[in-house]
Amino acid sequence: MKGIKNIFAGPWGIIGAGIAIGILAPLLQKLGNPGNMGVCVACFERDIAGALGLHRADVVQYIRPEIIGFVLGSLIAAYLFKEFKPRLGSAPIVRFFLGIFAMIGALVFLGCPWRAALRLAGGDGNAILGLGGLIFGIWIGTLFLRGGYNLGRTQKTHAAAGWMLPLLMLGLLGLLLVFPQISGESKSGVLFYSLKGPGSMHAPLAISLGVGLLIGFLAQRSRFCTMGAIRDFVLFRQMHLLSGFIALILTAFAVNFTIGQFKAGFEGQPIAHTMHLWNFLGMALSGLAFCLAGGCPGRQLFLAGEGDGDAAVFVLGMIVGAGIAHNFGLASSATGVGPYGIPAVIVGFAVCLFIGFTMRTKIA
Amino acid sequence: MSKTIDARGLSCPQPVLMTLDAIKSGETGEMTVLVDNEASKENVSRAATSKGWAVAGISEEEGVFHIAIKKG
Repeated sequence: MKGIKNIFAGPWGIIGAGIAIGILAPLLQKLGNPGNMGVCVACFERDIAGALGLHRADVVQYIRPEIIGFVLGSLIAAYLFKEFKPRLGSAPIVRFFLGIFAMIGALVFLGCPWRAALRLAGGDGNAILGLGGLIFGIWIGTLFLRGGYNLGRTQKTHAAAGWMLPLLMLGLLGLLLVFPQISGESKSGVLFYSLKGPGSMHAPLAISLGVGLLIGFLAQRSRFCTMGAIRDFVLFRQMHLLSGFIALILTAFAVNFTIGQFKAGFEGQPIAHTMHLWNFLGMALSGLAFCLAGGCPGRQLFLAGEGDGDAAVFVLGMIVGAGIAHNFGLASSATGVGPYGIPAVIVGFAVCLFIGFTMRTKIA
Repeated sequence: MSKTIDARGLSCPQPVLMTLDAIKSGETGEMTVLVDNEASKENVSRAATSKGWAVAGISEEEGVFHIAIKKG
């Protein structure tokens, strides 16, 4: 398929990907996923951390097949179009820590940029604060980018290195099949399963996996990225990725409205709290970390699927971050931020600013 | 003498920033940008076009794209 122009690289490719996600995510919610959480990369990685026992918050434990699908769908697309390029070595340890704090920020807000968009499209006014914070955090990141911030060049590596995260995902799928959920049991083999709360709410496995594969495929082809959408607009006034993100929000709004999932307001929204400042600052921390790491949490999964080992390290950072966030009481709940959520956000900003200010080696 | 921007091993936005910096610094004539991933190839082409430059040609050698851009 080499030589064929990538039709997904054009404006309709990215808008099409946004529309597809905007349709599929609310439908996943209809089929069982939690409220305004048809797809949430951060929440779903947090649920995976819980299913593996990396944290013991018993309401958020489930191996989310969507995440597996995102990576493997991207892997399939990358192989079909000869874009699987195993590479790594661009400051992986820094990306690991950025992943940790991106997750902590997301769990203070209760969602990644994907869910912020879906929450807005479901009528959750708190998402306005989250998206505002996201823009603010990314704006700070663009100041560093203009000042020469970069994490250095990657190197080509063995194909097997590029396969590490896809293999982990296959392993998780294997665990899910070997140790399926047993009705009324909180454990099956090595896996934890939520009996109540968001972790107990999920669409059927095959549908979740299928949708994940499709989104992974489309996003790899179109380079869909919620952080890049805002970053490119701020940096270059470039609308390309933003058009996909806006298409997602508008489509999800229309679908939610049509199937009766739209409820406007601030109070009583599903898996959300109304502490405006921390909704804003949580997502701002996340946005800054995503910007410094070069992609939103979805994009990191898609990059990992096409062989980017640095993106894979960022993903592992997020999963570890979820474990820390719940074990340390940093994550928010419907009642508000966790007992140590506020200091964690402050520490996160300090770490991200340190990284932003210090990593400016000239590339040339 | 045409300028070459080596953005191999970098992912966006760096290749685009480097290209736009060169365009802003008053570079005229032709430039070649080296990138090694498809997304950067598309982004650099898109950014150059939006600044009124034209993509004169793209060749690939061992996984590296040589993007030749020209002031339109």
